[in-house]
Amino acid sequence: MAPVLEVANLKTHFFTRAGTVKSVDGVSFHVERGEVLGLVGESGSGKSVTGFSVMGLIDPPGRIVEGSIKLNGKELVGLDEDGFRKVRGREVAMIFQDPMMTLNPVLRIDTQMIEAVTAHDKVSHKAARERARDALAKVGIPSPEERLNAYPHQFSGGMRQRVAIAIALLHRPPLIICDEPTTALDVTIQSQILAEMQSLCAETGTALVWITHDLGVVAGLADRIAVMYAGRIVETGAVDPVLDMPLHPYTSGLLGSLPAEGEPGAPLRQIRGSTPSLARLPQGCAFAPRCDHAQADCLALAPAVTSFPGARGVRCHHPLNLAGVAA
Amino acid sequence: MSAPILTLEGVSKRFVKPLDAASKFANWMGAGYTEQVVHAVDGVDLAVNEGEVVGLVGESGCGKSTLGRVVAGIHKPSAGRVSWRGSFTDEMDAPQRRAATLAIQMIFQDPMSSLNPRLRVTDIVGEAPVVHGLVDKAQQDAYVVEMLERVGLDPSYRRRYPHQFSGGQRARIGIARALAVKPQFLVCDESVAALDVSIQAQVLNLFMKLRDELNLTYLFISHDLSVVRHLSDRVVIMYLGRVVEAAPAAELFKGPQHPYAQALLANVPSIAARKKRFAPLKGEIPSPLHPPPGCHFHPRCPMAGPRCRVERPVLKEIATGHVAACHLHDGGVGLLAA
Repeated sequence: MAPVLEVANLKTHFFTRAGTVKSVDGVSFHVERGEVLGLVGESGSGKSVTGFSVMGLIDPPGRIVEGSIKLNGKELVGLDEDGFRKVRGREVAMIFQDPMMTLNPVLRIDTQMIEAVTAHDKVSHKAARERARDALAKVGIPSPEERLNAYPHQFSGGMRQRVAIAIALLHRPPLIICDEPTTALDVTIQSQILAEMQSLCAETGTALVWITHDLGVVAGLADRIAVMYAGRIVETGAVDPVLDMPLHPYTSGLLGSLPAEGEPGAPLRQIRGSTPSLARLPQGCAFAPRCDHAQADCLALAPAVTSFPGARGVRCHHPLNLAGVAA
Repeated sequence: MSAPILTLEGVSKRFVKPLDAASKFANWMGAGYTEQVVHAVDGVDLAVNEGEVVGLVGESGCGKSTLGRVVAGIHKPSAGRVSWRGSFTDEMDAPQRRAATLAIQMIFQDPMSSLNPRLRVTDIVGEAPVVHGLVDKAQQDAYVVEMLERVGLDPSYRRRYPHQFSGGQRARIGIARALAVKPQFLVCDESVAALDVSIQAQVLNLFMKLRDELNLTYLFISHDLSVVRHLSDRVVIMYLGRVVEAAPAAELFKGPQHPYAQALLANVPSIAARKKRFAPLKGEIPSPLHPPPGCHFHPRCPMAGPRCRVERPVLKEIATGHVAACHLHDGGVGLLAA
């Protein structure tokens, strides 16, 4: 079966007075039906801009300058606003870190949800309200009938995120892009939301692109991982091989930085330096100035993607753990 | 370890929203409005030994930041007492209190809201030690250079403003400012929460280096259990203003005793847990405006019984240095899983 989402050589650049910011610079990935892809990276790696590009939410000075985004075989790059209106909510939905980006603070929940239903389906007000109520019940909101009449500020942060998820699921889209939806939540509430997403997606066969900086969440949720650094995917593969035997020094450095993995009290294996400015990327490999394995060719030439069996890929001249891939 | 350098005895902090004029008038007419009281911290006992790192863990609204502020002297406790090196802070004379205030410094979560955006780094770091007479005005510059080098910042940046730095560098400025008055005790309130993993690792390594070099004692407040586990000798878990469990870090992570601590630890995402089934706690942390009676955790607790709804559990020692406030252990139940 064809993948739900196929992104090829996507380049989203922002043309600012300080120079061109190459937030996304040649990103390619795909998501199969019902699959969970974890898109991992630190701030400024371009993971959110990738998500926004798929949703057609890039505003000037930003622009998709190159590449293709195919959703269920349909090209999204170049689609006009009317075209995107038909796609958003029905074929792909997005859940943001801050649910207040989804919810309008001055409208009641029922107004917002009924509007979302009738945007794509010609149904009566009553039927739309019933669908909204059922959706709230599904994401575990107690007494959904009364809660429909509430305003967003009357919900707690976790409950608001549930409402946002309910809205995303209204039309059962085959793909949902989740941009750090649990980052602002407490551990126990995060677990509730993750459990909810797991069971709902298993039920409806929805594929997820889960954008996060938290490798722990991705390990628990995802089937495959794509690690982003400075606008590019530097490593991709199934969860187990990527976390157990990372090929890219950046992935390995990220894993070493996690306090949970080290011996308590022992110094963490840190990555030196900080993320480069996307407006002034170094020549060659963007990670080379921070990399312990960098050699002369890393500083001169940007590495291309090397593919390995089992749908693994890495953007590095001198990958680690090569023995593990060959075996 | 020596005697504790900092102790809290039954410390509570309440925030009261007084009645406005209209409600007072309505009350005079017999409306019966009452003041709104938030019990942010409710009867906490804590002792911190010299050179120790105590991790204070809990979810939002559990009172951990308020407790940190009480320790740092920013809030006065509503009830209970704080003692520093054997003397109660409310009995100290002015010079003693000043010494204690300088000795306990706080590092905040968001450097952008805790660093003055209009001051240069050299003034942010150098002002306090000059005011308090730790260094002469003439030596301020050399002292700032020394402090910046200590936290791993390039001293040539000292004429810059906070906005010219990255998040990780700003965190280091906050640390340098705290260190500049030669503290013995640091209260770190979510000091690494806003940082990316790779930068967070750098700052955590810095905290551990400073502890060795300067013999510092830390109260490390965080919602991130893996950070606390990495750094702490002892961990204290709070829920809705109360301490529910405290134990040496290794022991607590091996065998948490309180049902809340167990749930919290089970819910921490870890890269070791692949494709796991998330099995969360039900419900949310209640509002501290109307805390439930008895054990604060009982509405969410899978093991709650009738006693939990009426009687507040007290902290009971269940192993050496390991205390938990749960009725389950009040009948002398030993370690569940060691």
